[in-house]
Order: sequence, then structure tokens, then C-alpha cells
Amino acid sequence: MTNVLAEKKKARLEQLAQAAAEPGGVGLWREALRRLRRNPAGMVGAVIVLAFLLLAVFAPLIAPHDPAQRFKELTDNLRADHIPGAMSGFPLGGDPNGRDFLSRLIYGSRQTLFVGVLATLIGLTAGVTIGALAGALGGWVDMLLMRLTDVMLALPSLLLAISLVALASKSSQWTVIAAVATVNVPIFARLLRGAMLAQRESDHVLAARSLGVKQRAIVLRHMLPNSLTAVIVQATLTFSVAILDAAALSFLGLGDPDINRAEWGLMLGTDGQRYFEVRPELAYYPAIAIVVVALGFTLLGEAMRESIDPKNRR
Amino acid sequence: MLRVIVRRLLQLAVTLFALSILVFVWLRSLPGGPVDAMLGDRATPERRALLVKALGYDQPILVQYWRFLQRTLVGDFGASTRSGDSVLSVLGRAFPATIELTVAAMIIAVGLGVPLGYLAARYRGRMPDNLSVVGTLVGISIPIFFLGYLLKDVFTQHLHWFPPSGRISIGMDNTHVTGFFVLDGILTREWDASADAIWHLILPAATLATIPLAVIVRITRASVLDVLNEDYVRTAEAKGLRAKVVRQRHVLRNALLPVVTTIGLQTGALLAGAVLTEKVFNWGGLGTEITNSISGSRDYPVLQAVLMLAAIVFIVVNLLVDLSYAVIDPRVRVR
Amino acid sequence: MPLLDVQDLSVVFARRGEKPFTAVDNLSFTVEPGQTVGLVGESGCGKSVTSLAIMGLLPRRGVRVSGRVLFEGADLLALRPEDMRDRRGRDIGMIFQDPLSSLNPVVPIGLQVAEVVERHFGRTRKAAMVEARDLLDAVGIPDPQRRLKEYPHQISGGMRQRALIAIALACKPRLLIADEPTTALDVTIQAQILTLLRQLVVDSDTALVLITHDLGVVAGLCDVVNVLYAGKVVETGTRHDLFANPRHPYTHGLLGSVPRLDSPRGERLTPIRGSVADNIPWAEGCAFAPRCDRVNDACIGDTVPLEAAPHGRLRCTNPVPQEVGV
Repeated sequence: MTNVLAEKKKARLEQLAQAAAEPGGVGLWREALRRLRRNPAGMVGAVIVLAFLLLAVFAPLIAPHDPAQRFKELTDNLRADHIPGAMSGFPLGGDPNGRDFLSRLIYGSRQTLFVGVLATLIGLTAGVTIGALAGALGGWVDMLLMRLTDVMLALPSLLLAISLVALASKSSQWTVIAAVATVNVPIFARLLRGAMLAQRESDHVLAARSLGVKQRAIVLRHMLPNSLTAVIVQATLTFSVAILDAAALSFLGLGDPDINRAEWGLMLGTDGQRYFEVRPELAYYPAIAIVVVALGFTLLGEAMRESIDPKNRR
Repeated sequence: MLRVIVRRLLQLAVTLFALSILVFVWLRSLPGGPVDAMLGDRATPERRALLVKALGYDQPILVQYWRFLQRTLVGDFGASTRSGDSVLSVLGRAFPATIELTVAAMIIAVGLGVPLGYLAARYRGRMPDNLSVVGTLVGISIPIFFLGYLLKDVFTQHLHWFPPSGRISIGMDNTHVTGFFVLDGILTREWDASADAIWHLILPAATLATIPLAVIVRITRASVLDVLNEDYVRTAEAKGLRAKVVRQRHVLRNALLPVVTTIGLQTGALLAGAVLTEKVFNWGGLGTEITNSISGSRDYPVLQAVLMLAAIVFIVVNLLVDLSYAVIDPRVRVR
Repeated sequence: MPLLDVQDLSVVFARRGEKPFTAVDNLSFTVEPGQTVGLVGESGCGKSVTSLAIMGLLPRRGVRVSGRVLFEGADLLALRPEDMRDRRGRDIGMIFQDPLSSLNPVVPIGLQVAEVVERHFGRTRKAAMVEARDLLDAVGIPDPQRRLKEYPHQISGGMRQRALIAIALACKPRLLIADEPTTALDVTIQAQILTLLRQLVVDSDTALVLITHDLGVVAGLCDVVNVLYAGKVVETGTRHDLFANPRHPYTHGLLGSVPRLDSPRGERLTPIRGSVADNIPWAEGCAFAPRCDRVNDACIGDTVPLEAAPHGRLRCTNPVPQEVGV
């Protein structure tokens, strides 16, 4: 009896020893994913983001009407001081142009996703390029690029975006995207450069260097991939900032002038603001949509950052 | 210490110089410049040429920049192309308004943010903490101009607690000394004017404070949690010190170091947020000037000066923060 | 009556959603007044947790502490938190492992010493500062008047540890707990600090609980040694008996893995196999069994009891035979 028990114990102990001997344990990413799954706030964020993506993809199937179509029922009673509310077929009523508000809200997810993702991606690509060049080359290139980001960071971000939008002859969706993207370039650049500098001094890069691995290979294979984690997390957080900034530009009258385009920031910043006293719902619903989505991306980003941060690995 | 200050001032000068070039070039490449805006439909080629010459826009851009720099250094920022007022007088009116608003917002953000952040850390994982985490996340996710309208709607339309817009009640005959209305009231002992200015200030300042408040709560919370895990806090507890001494001398003193840096960075968010808040509450500060100088006609001289001023404020505040950091943290002092 | 009598102390970490972990498992040991007692074991054996439990410094959430910690007859675990706060620093002082991180970086050394006397002896700031200077002087810090105003990063590692000792001994406690007091220091400094500790403890007749993994430290300082494994005492004895004739295979192994000057040339050190993580619960036998060379059937099944042995106490079914001539 005791012998059987002892055998069992020994088998289990061998198992334990093997698990402990595996270098680095489970992969960093799988470990991060596991911790993410245990983080309830992160899961809420992930669900919100997923729902938002589904809404954007399937908007034509979900929305009851064409967002640009004007309806007789909604234009009949339309005056500057009266915008028709809910009625059969139009559960949220109309907008100041006699279009179905609910359908515009649903389609709004598409444009919002488009503006947010594009602004984030452009900012990320440019920022990562600048940061990688500065981090990899060092010396005067680094010096020059970092002074450039200093100057960009010297203006508070929204002021920088405002002056950039003001550059274009006419506001358009693209000027908004470009301005919001540019604002985030120095942030990504600084972040990546910092991460790469930390990598440059890390043991595995020193080891690779001492083994005679070429500089190019060290940068591409060791420094860059290991530095990108922080950038990916930042991108998730930037998405929220991007849609908020786009909304602010619309509010200042510097946004997308296309009145047929349904985008939450635009809806909130133009109609929502103009008709706030007539029909506050025009502001409430896009605002709630923005808050929820921004919250979702922030929660997800924070949870990702926490799960990747080695300080939290216990 | 002195060397740090000198180095940072040099950096400031270089950054400002580069920024002045950027702002200048950017704004010069704006289409539909002020000449067209000033003449409008009456523009004939002759009148146009005359005005371009008068404003110096026919010169090469380098010459224009040189003149701009020369004038700027002697404090002559030109005149607004919209109103004809000198830019200096526009700034003189708008600058105190914005500073008053941002300072009030910062007082709210720090005054509430640090205690709330400490409480959240103290009760980690329990109700106060969960509330603060959710609250701050909503705080940074809400468009502040929308929040401004919401507060305005609730507190002025429905409750009538605060005035809806402006810096002072119409008919309030207050003496202008510094342009800071609250301060003016105190200096001239016109207490009613001071009170009235504060009464106007509360809603806009609360709106503007949202984002910095949320950020400061989060930073304080994270920082206190970090410090609570430090060995020296355990040492302090092992000494049997009173809870209050442990909290103030050992926890908060260290935990507030990152918060100080955050205050500097949040100045940027405040200046940007002021543009939105000032529009909502019709405040008449730098933000209003920016909005007006871009919408419709482009008012180069004003826009130029306001952007530069915003940058200077931002950089100087961060410089001050860095210097005060050196005073608070003995480890920085020796470096 | 012993000064400190730890009876069946258990510390279980139980975080929600995770398997409870028993760090200290029905641990018992005593410290007589003025005695120096060593708690020895590898990292993870529960020795630091024991010291924190005695001091009442474990977090209240997620930790279950049971048993009794009698200090001069009074159970410290039963005290109200405020009463325990009055005793910490006054009756029991504590020195931690890393002197740099254990001192507050933004508070001058002088105040960090003075605040203890201020708190427990009700001194004014001025009087406390004078005492702080004398304390720094007593622990061998040169130019103490100047050090009062300096910050931890401005003085050397050895001096920081001296400052921590000054803090721990400021109120002349009857018991001092030193948790790995020399581990973070250079070897030459280690010797100085140990000499200082021995001198201070002997002079003031303070009892000392010395927690360490370093048998060299134990050999130099301790009257009685408790060897810990996986939260339990496996062997107790006087320093002399234990070093001369270790009976528990773990103690034996610990001694065998320490380099000695007098060992024959060419003799290899014999490390202990595996790590602390490779254990079985005490309830199912001897936790050390998986790593033990002398393991037999009796080691698995039931808890091996701690029994009186000729030189102290021993928890082993198949101890190392006594060496001839001892």
C-alpha cells in the first residue's frame, strides 16, 4: 500500500521537475492571453470591442433603413424647433435632415471604426518608423528625430490637430484622419525608441552581439519584435483618443463636412450640439456610443498592458 | 541645480525657435489667406496687390519670417486681421481668462484626485476602488464638450444653480487690474465681483477638470499601490509608527512623485480642453480666440501668437515641474 | 519562561480562485532571554514569513495566521492592531535584508532613526535627533552629525545596514529579529556587520532571532539552531551539536554543500538534488523525501513527527548515523 503510494508520489514529482526544467515555461504570449482571460475588466473590454466590430461589419443587415435616405414621415413635421421623435418604423425618430436616427447610429459604427483604425494605423506606422530609425541608428539621426518629436509634443495634442486641419483648403474626412494620426506619431516614436534602447542593453541583445550577429539582424530579429508589444498596447489605447479627437474637431467645425456621412463624433459634434435644446437624444446616443466604445478599447488596452507587464507576472 | 536650469532654458529656447518656424510655415501655407478674407467679394487684383504689399506678404518667406521674429522679440505681434485690434491686446484679454480657468480646473483635479486615488489604493479591490476605476475610465472616455453641455443643461436649465456662460454677470461693474477676475475682486476688495467670478468659474472648471482628475486618480492609485509594496513601508510599520505618520511621511511622500510629473503633462490636456470648454461656456479666452481665428477667415497673427503662447505655457509649466521634482526628490538633486 | 514561545504557528496564503499555499506549517520554537536563535533553510522554506507573522506585518487579506506567538507570556497574535503597533519597534526590533530598499529614499537618515524614539519614548524632535546621532555613533557610522541630514543613496551599503540596525535597536528592544541581515552586502562588509550585531546583542543582552540561509552566519552567531524545511522544523540543536553531528539528511546535505577550508583537497561539494518546489505535503509524509538519499517506505504516508533526540529535536525516520567519536 505505502509502496504504491510512494510510486505515485515519485511519478508526480518527476512530472513537477520536468515542468520546472522547461526553459521560460509557457510562451510569453500564451501566458499573457491566459492572464487576460482571468481579468474581468479586460474581458468586458474585449466583449465591447467585439460587439462594436460585429455591429460595424453587419450594419447593413441590422439597420432598418438606408442612413442617407430622407423619409416623408420624418420631414413632414420637421422644423428648426421640432424634430420628430419615435414613431412606428423609426424607433428613435429622425435627425434634422429627416433621416432615420437609429440607422444612422448603427451605420455610424462603420465610419467611427474607419476613422479610428485608420488614424491609429497611420500614426503607428509613421511613429514606429521614426522610433525604429532613432533607436537603431542612434547618434545625430536619433538626436534630430527626437528634437522633432519634442517640437510636436510642445503643442498640446488637440491644438496640434487643430492647426493641422486648418492647413487643408477644405476640411474632409481625410484631413481629420491625417491630423489625428499625426498627433500620435511622436507618442509612438518615443515609445518604440525607449523600448528599443532598453532592449539594446538587455542581455539577449548583448549575447547576440557578442556572438557576432550583424547589427541589421539584431535590430530586425531581436530589438524590434520585443519592443513592439508596448506599441500594440498603446495602439489599442490610441483608438479611443482618436475617436474622441475626431469628435472634438467636428465640434469645433473643423470636421468632415459631408452631411450624409454617419459618424458618431460628427453626429455628436454637429447635430447633437446644434439641436441639444430641441432634441438632446441627438447628442446622447452618439455620445453614449462613443463613451462605451472608447471604454471598451481602454479596458482591453489596459488589460493587455497589465498582462504583458512582467511586474504582474506572479 | 543651476546647470540643470540653464540646460533646460537652452532647450526651451531651441524648441521655441523650431516651433516658431513650424507655426510660421504651417500658417503661411494655409489656403485662403487673410487677404482674401479681409477683402471678401470686393477683391480686385489692384486692391489685393496693395494689401499684400502693405502686409508684407509679397516678400520671400524667409524675409517674412525674419520680420516676424524681429517684431516678436520686441513684443509686437501685429494686429488681428479680423478685428484690427493689436494681437497683444487680444492676448491681454484672453490669456488671463484661460489661465484662470485652467488653474481652477487644476485645483479641482489635484484637490480631489490625490485623496480619491489614495482611498482607491487603500481599499484596493473593494467598493471605493471599483467605483474609482469605473469612474476614471468613464471620465477619460467621455467627450468633454458633451459633458460640458450635459452639466450646463442640468445645472443651469433645470436647477438654475450656476450661470450658463461668460466670466462675470452682465451689469457687474468690476474693476480690471490683472484680468484675472477672481484676483481683481480680491485686490480691489470688490468681494461681490470675486464671488460672482467664482460662481461663473465652477461649471467650466469642473468640466475642464474631468480628464486631469481621472488621470490623477489613476496615477495616484497606481503609485500608492506600488509604494505600499516597498520595503521601506514595511520598515516603517516594523518601527511601530502611527498609521498617520506611515501614510504621510512614508507612503504619500513617495507616491506623489509621479503625480507631480503628471500635473505637468496634464497642463497640455487642460490647454487643449480649454478650446472645447471655452466654446461651450462662451468663455472668451485663448481657446475662443483659436476657434474664431480658424473658422471662416484665417486670422494668422492671432493664431500664430496663441499657439506659441500655449506652447510656451506648456513648456514652462513642465520646466517648473521638473525643477520642483528636483527639490522634492533628493535622488534627483545630486545628479 | 522563554522570552518568545512560538507554538503551532501556521500561515496559509489563500487568494481567491487559487489553491491555498501553506508557507508555515505548525511551526514551534522558543527563544530564551538574551539567546541567539537561528532559523535556517533554503529560500521558500517559510523563514521570512515566520518573522513577519511574529511582527504582525503580514497583510490581513488573503492570509490566515493561526497558532500562538507568546512574547513574555502574552499572545501577540491576539493583540489588537493598535496594541501591536505600540510593541513593534519598542519590544521587538527588526532588520531587513536589503538595506537600500528598506530605507525611505526621500527621508533623511536622521529622521528615520529619530522617529522611532520620538514615537515610543515620546521625545521631542530635537531630543530624538540627539539620540539618533548617538545611535548612529554606536553602530559605528563615522561623522554621525553630518549623516543625520544625508539621504540613503548618499551613504554606502554597509552604512545603510548599520543605520537599519540603529533603527531596530533604538528603543532597546528585548528581541531583535534579523532577516538575512548580510545577504545583500559584500563579503568584507558582511563580517563587519556580523561582528557589530554580536557585539550589540551581547552587550545589551538582547535576544536575537537570526534568519538566514547562510550556515557561515549561523556558525558565527547562534546559540541554538532550528533547521526549517517547507514550513516545519526538521532539526533543532545547539550550534555545536548540529555542526559536528547533523542527524537530519537535509541538515547533513546543507553542511555538505558548504565549502570548507579544512576539507581534504579534491573533495567535491555535494549539492542537494532538486529544489524546495519538489516536495510533498507534510500530511502525506516527509516533505524532503523526494530529494532525500536516505528515503524509505516509512517516509511516505503519515506526517513524520518531531521527536526529542539526544542533542535536541529531530524529524526523521532514518537519520544519518552518529559519527564515531562524538
